[in-house]
Amino acid sequence: MDVNKLSRMANQIAANFAAQGEEKAVAETALHIWKFWDPRMKAAIYADDLGDLSPIAKAAILKLKAEAAAA
Amino acid sequence: MGYEPQKDFGTPASRSSDMVTLTIDGRDVTVPAGTSVMRAAAEAGGEIPKLCATDNVKAFGSCRLCLVEVEGMRGTPASCTTPVMPGMKVKTQTPKLDKLRRGVMELYISDHPLDCLTCSANNDCELQDQAANVGLRDVRYGYEGANHLGKAKDESNPYFAFDSSKCIVCSRCVRACDEVQGTFALTVDGRGFASVISAGQKEDNFLGSECVSCGACVQACPTAALNEKSVIEIGKPERSVLTTCAYCGVGCTFRAEMRGEQLVRMIPNKDGKANHGHSCVKGRFAWGYANHADRILKPMIREKIDQPWREVSWDEAIGFAAAKIQAIKAESGPRALGGITSSRCTNEETFLVQKLIRAGFGANNVDTCARVCHSPTGFGLSNAFGTSAGTQDFDSVEDVDVFIVIGANPTDAHPVFGSRMKQRLRQGAKMIVIDPRKIDLVKSAHIQADHHLPLQPGTNVAVLTSLAHVIVTEGLADEAFIRERCDWDEYQDWARFVSDAKHSPEFLEPVTKVPAQTVREAARLYATGGNGAIYYGLGVTEHSQGSSTVMAIANLAMCTGNIGRRGVGVNPLRGQNNVQGACDMGSFPHELSGYRHISNADARALFEADWGVTLDAEPGLRIPNMLDAALDGSFRAIYIQGEDILQSDPDTHHVAAGLAAMDCVIVHDLFLNETANYAHVFLPGSTFLEKDGTFTNAERRIQPVQQVMEPANGYADWQITQMLANAIGCDWNYGHPSEILAEIARLTPTFSGVTWERVVSGEPLQWPVNEKAPQGSPIMHVDGFVRGKGKFMVTEYVPTDERTGPRFPLLLTTGRILSQYNVGAQTRRTGNQVWHDEDILEMHPTDAENRGLKTGDFARLASRSGETTLRVLVTEKVAPGVVYTTFHHPSTQANVVTTDNSDWATNCPEYKVTAVQVTPSNGPSEWQTEYADLTAMARRIETMEPAE
Repeated sequence: MDVNKLSRMANQIAANFAAQGEEKAVAETALHIWKFWDPRMKAAIYADDLGDLSPIAKAAILKLKAEAAAA
Repeated sequence: MGYEPQKDFGTPASRSSDMVTLTIDGRDVTVPAGTSVMRAAAEAGGEIPKLCATDNVKAFGSCRLCLVEVEGMRGTPASCTTPVMPGMKVKTQTPKLDKLRRGVMELYISDHPLDCLTCSANNDCELQDQAANVGLRDVRYGYEGANHLGKAKDESNPYFAFDSSKCIVCSRCVRACDEVQGTFALTVDGRGFASVISAGQKEDNFLGSECVSCGACVQACPTAALNEKSVIEIGKPERSVLTTCAYCGVGCTFRAEMRGEQLVRMIPNKDGKANHGHSCVKGRFAWGYANHADRILKPMIREKIDQPWREVSWDEAIGFAAAKIQAIKAESGPRALGGITSSRCTNEETFLVQKLIRAGFGANNVDTCARVCHSPTGFGLSNAFGTSAGTQDFDSVEDVDVFIVIGANPTDAHPVFGSRMKQRLRQGAKMIVIDPRKIDLVKSAHIQADHHLPLQPGTNVAVLTSLAHVIVTEGLADEAFIRERCDWDEYQDWARFVSDAKHSPEFLEPVTKVPAQTVREAARLYATGGNGAIYYGLGVTEHSQGSSTVMAIANLAMCTGNIGRRGVGVNPLRGQNNVQGACDMGSFPHELSGYRHISNADARALFEADWGVTLDAEPGLRIPNMLDAALDGSFRAIYIQGEDILQSDPDTHHVAAGLAAMDCVIVHDLFLNETANYAHVFLPGSTFLEKDGTFTNAERRIQPVQQVMEPANGYADWQITQMLANAIGCDWNYGHPSEILAEIARLTPTFSGVTWERVVSGEPLQWPVNEKAPQGSPIMHVDGFVRGKGKFMVTEYVPTDERTGPRFPLLLTTGRILSQYNVGAQTRRTGNQVWHDEDILEMHPTDAENRGLKTGDFARLASRSGETTLRVLVTEKVAPGVVYTTFHHPSTQANVVTTDNSDWATNCPEYKVTAVQVTPSNGPSEWQTEYADLTAMARRIETMEPAE
């Protein structure tokens, strides 16, 4: 998967939740990606250095990645 | 049913709940107050002769044939214009009335051709019937006097002819055009004996007039003056079958009137709950594609897409496809496979395709064309209210006081409902239009919007938030409703958010380009004008903030208390006939039918037990993700039923590259569409006339589709999907779509009370139809929201990444027009081509002049994605800086220009905002030339050598 495209998608999701405050926005962004992204999309962004992500998007991906590792 | 025209009661039904009893010909009759004597007699089983009266227009009282005698009343009043009164005693048949009626008929017949035996309306003509009913035996005046018999026919319309010599100037056509359709294209020109029906000015014919070819006039005509050309050519139908239109999401029902297996005409069903006897040019007339020579009737296969097609047997085609699917699954696993369901197919067919993908292929990579239209509706309304659907039935329009129409053009895209909106506006309802273009609802015959907010494309959320700002800061919110029905804390968070000065109309005016005062006046009108209803379309959803816009709309409705009763609500106008149904049936990769997430173990267990398989618990790929995954080699095969993603989806270059990268593309369609250029298997599809099933319209109404002729390709689409499923190892044994519907009802709580028998019996079934709502749910969220408390969502305006600049200084927005439908695969193969045979670029005079362009010039339309050429129409319908076109024609491929920007929540493409430049051009673009060559190559069909 094109990780640049995935990063853009994650940033867009985060931007639309940003008005809810950082904590809630991170949780909502993570939940959204968990609910709607196919496993290979998640795997591709987990494998990325996340350098192109906004702080909220990055925190959401790290949260998901940690949860996936713990599962 | 055999052929029998639907009963005409002469005048419209009264909606009064007060009942009146009178006596007609000695029999007591009880009818609602306000009913005409004519209708009362008809409802009692009688029939008063009539010519100028018909029950879809108001009484006119001109023909003088429906005279009656009423005890105590002077003279012989017209029964059509005489309302019933308690105790009234009416006689409909007396010697005096007989004499009067015969006299009237003599006058009509003295100026009418006596060619009944060769007339196209023979035995289906009200004039002929009434002459018989009144016992006309002679015409004392003879036939030699002045008459209208030499009038020329107007055959300009592709679907009907106007023969003025057969016209009795009853004006039913004029009144139908005015009252039913609301176009006011027809008039009675001249006075007295010189009176003739005219389409516009004297020099106009029907085609050149403002007539929109809805057929209401033809339907209303009591003679052969206005007659379908198909009837003139074929003759009178012998039977009719009730079915549902396969065009837009209004879901008009029709009587398909047949001779043998030949369709003679489609007559809108007067009992149709969505259309009440009305129709548009597409549903009424544009069905010729079903028998078009381009239709592919034999399966075809090829190993590579640069090879010609080879016609093969069904067994070989299905076996070829199954072998490829199984080989790829063995090599790359089930997640390398996927499919797309069709919003043009039935619920049962859509359900089977998603079942094939989930249970047969073993993956959740199923998506549907709602991805590119109303996926944000599902997301947004589900979040706000708990249900992925509109809140109202169409009849709710009768109680609307204030409309907001945003990002929709109902008179073009949902014309039958558009006509009902216009009727309500002429009754005095108010209208707020939020749209970059001056659509017909802004101003057309006898209607004018109270406010037009011509916003900059891409600023929907900003405009809606500024409307909310005015409502909240001016104290116009309905706090009692909010406290009772919504989450109060969430409301307060939202109210603080919208109240911020940065969301005021004044602050946002430079962004939205809408004058602040207009926003303020519109907000006050919506909040205080009575029942407020919001209707929206793809101008809301097809944006990078499509889902936010839907939620912002829901916020507005909740904060003004405009939810849960007639005349209010949030109403998505669905583009295709079964978009609602396709979404309901589990076509999205993350959810099963009834909108249950695939991660829900209980829901999954229900399906697993029924289907005997284990389902993948992870969401699958959406269409654009499938294309991305194809390019990296992880997605290799796709089964596409009734969808042409190459033409309809954005960024054509990317779609083409994704399809070309796949190892197996199976296209199941009526025609070799643009996507089929990249296919390895072509499975010929069946039309809606050739199969049984159900469609669900935009108001959640589940309606019957009934077969009127055998499938020309040999099989209904559900049978073809079943063959493919069984070839890859499934064991399906459906004998009829009713069995599939039973499975849907078994597995889908909102459909649990739906049965084939209930659907075909004509029961009005709007889901949810279940134990809680056995008769269905015309209005939703009446006593409470499905999700519990209504949820206010903070919707921050996030500008799209798509920006104008020196290279691309204009904004392109795309849409639809009345005569064409979606990618045009159906309508381009009908007489509708006469109105629109190419995509046209609308451009403001200032922008055109700056570029030296005039109407009719070819122009190059370029964006960062690609370019095409098309002709220009200079018009003030679009604002300066905005250009508009349609995507109906593959020769234009407007989606070469649109980008891969999409809605943040659903990936619904941002069709409505593309930065472009327009320059003069003298020929097709490089892509158009290359694509024409590709198409010619890809559509070759190998000629088989004759056997020795």
